[in-house]
Amino acid sequence: MSNNIAVKVDDLTVAYNYKPVLWDIDLEIPEGVLMAIVGPNGAGKSTLIKSILGILKPIAGSVEIFGMSYAKQRHLVAYVPQKGSVDWDFPTTALDVVMMGTYGSLGWIKRPGQKEKKEALEALEKVGMLAFKNRQISQLSGGQQQRIFLARALVQNASIYFMDEPFQGVDATTEIAIINILKELRKAGKTVIVVHHDLQTVPEYFDWVTFLNVKKIATGPVKDIFNDDNLTKTYGINYKVSIQE
Amino acid sequence: MDIAEYIRLVFSDYTLRTITLGTAILGAVTGMLGSFAVLRKQSLLGDAISHAALPGIAIAFLITGAKDSNILLLGALVSGLIGTFWIRGIISKTHLKSDTALGLILSLFFGFGMLLLTFIQKQPNANQAGLDKYLFGQAATLVESDVWMMTIVTGACLLVLLLFWKEFKILLFDADYTKTLGFNTKFIDILITTFIVLAIVLGLQTVGVVLMSAMLLAPAAAARQWTNSLGMMVFLAAIFGALSGVFGTAISATQNNLSTGPVIVIIAGIFVLFSFIFSPSRGLLFKQIRFIKNRRDLQLHKTLAFMFRIAETHENISHPHAIIILNNFQGFTKGTLQQLVRKNYVKLDGNMWSLTEEGFKTATNLYNQQNSNDE
Repeated sequence: MSNNIAVKVDDLTVAYNYKPVLWDIDLEIPEGVLMAIVGPNGAGKSTLIKSILGILKPIAGSVEIFGMSYAKQRHLVAYVPQKGSVDWDFPTTALDVVMMGTYGSLGWIKRPGQKEKKEALEALEKVGMLAFKNRQISQLSGGQQQRIFLARALVQNASIYFMDEPFQGVDATTEIAIINILKELRKAGKTVIVVHHDLQTVPEYFDWVTFLNVKKIATGPVKDIFNDDNLTKTYGINYKVSIQE
Repeated sequence: MDIAEYIRLVFSDYTLRTITLGTAILGAVTGMLGSFAVLRKQSLLGDAISHAALPGIAIAFLITGAKDSNILLLGALVSGLIGTFWIRGIISKTHLKSDTALGLILSLFFGFGMLLLTFIQKQPNANQAGLDKYLFGQAATLVESDVWMMTIVTGACLLVLLLFWKEFKILLFDADYTKTLGFNTKFIDILITTFIVLAIVLGLQTVGVVLMSAMLLAPAAAARQWTNSLGMMVFLAAIFGALSGVFGTAISATQNNLSTGPVIVIIAGIFVLFSFIFSPSRGLLFKQIRFIKNRRDLQLHKTLAFMFRIAETHENISHPHAIIILNNFQGFTKGTLQQLVRKNYVKLDGNMWSLTEEGFKTATNLYNQQNSNDE
């Protein structure tokens, strides 16, 4: 892990219908960590990611990616939205969706060519979905759809990956396949930020964690701050996790 | 009038040729753009836009006092666009849902338009008659310049579609993701919507305010049934739309007192109905056939599996057993047994049955498959 700060969030406040969803968030994410964002439902986990990525407009606050504004550093960032955020009955194939990952570097009007197709096929292979490349996306299982989304982000060849609940609704095999890919990304020096729900797997999967419940409760290495105290502060009930070391 | 004579007339008769061309081009362009509206789940947008265009027509007439269709349609375009942006504004500024916003703008603009129309009709001006044709459309009023106008818009629409195809596709599928890639999603969105408004306004003269949204939705809904590729869907929707125009015109031209707009819409509806029933992958008919076939196979497999469990207790798998066992424990129909014989899985000998080598092998596979599924 280097000492660079990959993502720096300052005073970020987001409101929806006058109700604050995120309140004055300051956050520094070091380069090269595999970080979980945890918190109860409605804690603003997805909102935090979406605000960093400019999908939602914050009331106040700023975001820096490697010391510069997000708009300038966009090409370094890849995003895996929640699987349920799109209509999987859309008339297109798995390969086509993965190709969308190349659209950003292509820019306006230019169409993807052989080079982009090759990159997309490589990404499909990485997530073990090459055999399904011509499959209509509605005919894929939930886990397969999640892998397609992951492949689409891999094609972007970014430095920072934001993922919104990539383990939601997938079976154990897919979960293992996905976490292995995330660990590989970290090994390659990438920064991976994951909205995560399953507290039991946090110590096993991640090395960095942020506790969020409208306000930032704590952020840091899992081994230092993933404890009952922070969990109780975040979830508001007396929380005990039994962590098998 | 027979078909050959009609086709000859289409090419020789100026009016008929103009109307046929006009409705065909209109169908094609609304079909193409309708695909985008349907996939964005904005099916009602077309309805709202066409109704919102009505006051524009009336105001354009009040200002100019002329019934030149281009000027009236310009008014329709302006008020259609205003309606569209109000809908977008209502959705983003208040937290009303889009169906509420659409319904609100649709009825408000249409009500205002009707008010203006009745006001105009009370005016002591001989020129006012015929504005109400925009309610249901009147294809017979199409002239060559209208068709040129449609051709130009369709050409521009095709050009924009080809240029921004990738941007349209990704925005339709995943708007948030498109934003993170650095595309100006608002621009793409406005581009699509503007062309949808343009196409609707062009159709008002032919099909009218009330039925226009069907031209947008029906070809697209029909096309979706036949393909899983966006490009093919847009192409098919254009074809279905154009054919609706051509056939609709033909029927209304050869029958007395059938106005063209509604006939075109009904033809488009028939395309939808046909597609819903007969599409191989999504259609009702083949779904039902697959369902029945699955049920039959299941019945067959059930009986075969039962026979397998009896047969496997014997060393000789083709050891004969009485048919009556099946009746007692399994319940079988003569049909099932006969089908098993036809597939060469079972041999019958009087009131005895025995599994064949092939039947045993198939049953073993079925049995293993079932066990691994259970795990």
